[in-house]
Amino acid sequence: MNEITITHILFVSTALFFIGVYGLFTRRNMITVLMSVELILNSVNINFVAFNKYLYPEKLDGVFFAIFVITIAAAEAAVAIAIIINLYRSHHSIDVEDASELKY
Amino acid sequence: MNASVVIFYILSACILGAGLLAVTAKKIFRSAIFLLFSLIGIAGLFFWMGVEFIAAVQIIIYAGGIVVLIIFSIFLTQKSGDEMPGPVKNRILFSALAVILGFAFTYNLIRENKFTGNGQRPFDVSVSQIGTQMLSTKEHGYVLPFEVVSILLLAAMIGCIVIAMKSKSAVKANEI
Repeated sequence: MNEITITHILFVSTALFFIGVYGLFTRRNMITVLMSVELILNSVNINFVAFNKYLYPEKLDGVFFAIFVITIAAAEAAVAIAIIINLYRSHHSIDVEDASELKY
Repeated sequence: MNASVVIFYILSACILGAGLLAVTAKKIFRSAIFLLFSLIGIAGLFFWMGVEFIAAVQIIIYAGGIVVLIIFSIFLTQKSGDEMPGPVKNRILFSALAVILGFAFTYNLIRENKFTGNGQRPFDVSVSQIGTQMLSTKEHGYVLPFEVVSILLLAAMIGCIVIAMKSKSAVKANEI
């Protein structure tokens, strides 16, 4: 209680990951699904930096992985939003239930 | 219980509370703002862990870039004041069950595990060190992933333009 160990930080990141998974399961709007994915990626970043700091402080690999995850998340968000806006143009809705052409 | 511990608990409460509200808020714009608070809390956690560079990158890219992009796309695609249709009741129940069980299982694994690291040594991440290792071609250098990621960013940029561009036939159909 008086000292923060790696277990405390991993508790936060695990809870954040499962909050994101909950959003991914229950939300139907595509933009909110994208927000949940951002939360999941951020919890992974916390994990990378925490493992780097507490277990291997003489290396920097976790920091580099966090940087690359942030970069890829930015690229992914940009492409996803372009797809969402294009879908809105053709379907006039971004509900995941309405986009079902590829389903059958 | 010193100041550092208190700050950690405050930051964690901010991250988890704002994250929970971001995935459950009824109005989509509020959801985006709660996401912003959660991301800023995570940047604060990075500051707390002593990795200032990642914290700055987090604020610039997430709070400054992605959240603004999400807010723009909310304004482009729907009325932000309207309440979203809620999820199906059954789906809330089963996803909450799955999430709680998954969390309990994972946290049990973490709690049982004895992490044996050499965490007593100082953790030194200066920006110059990150830059030198990122662009070094020797062992433990990260120049190849750096180049690959820059190609990925270029591809994503071109992909966004191609996806969002109106096709010629659509433009003609609008004119007629």
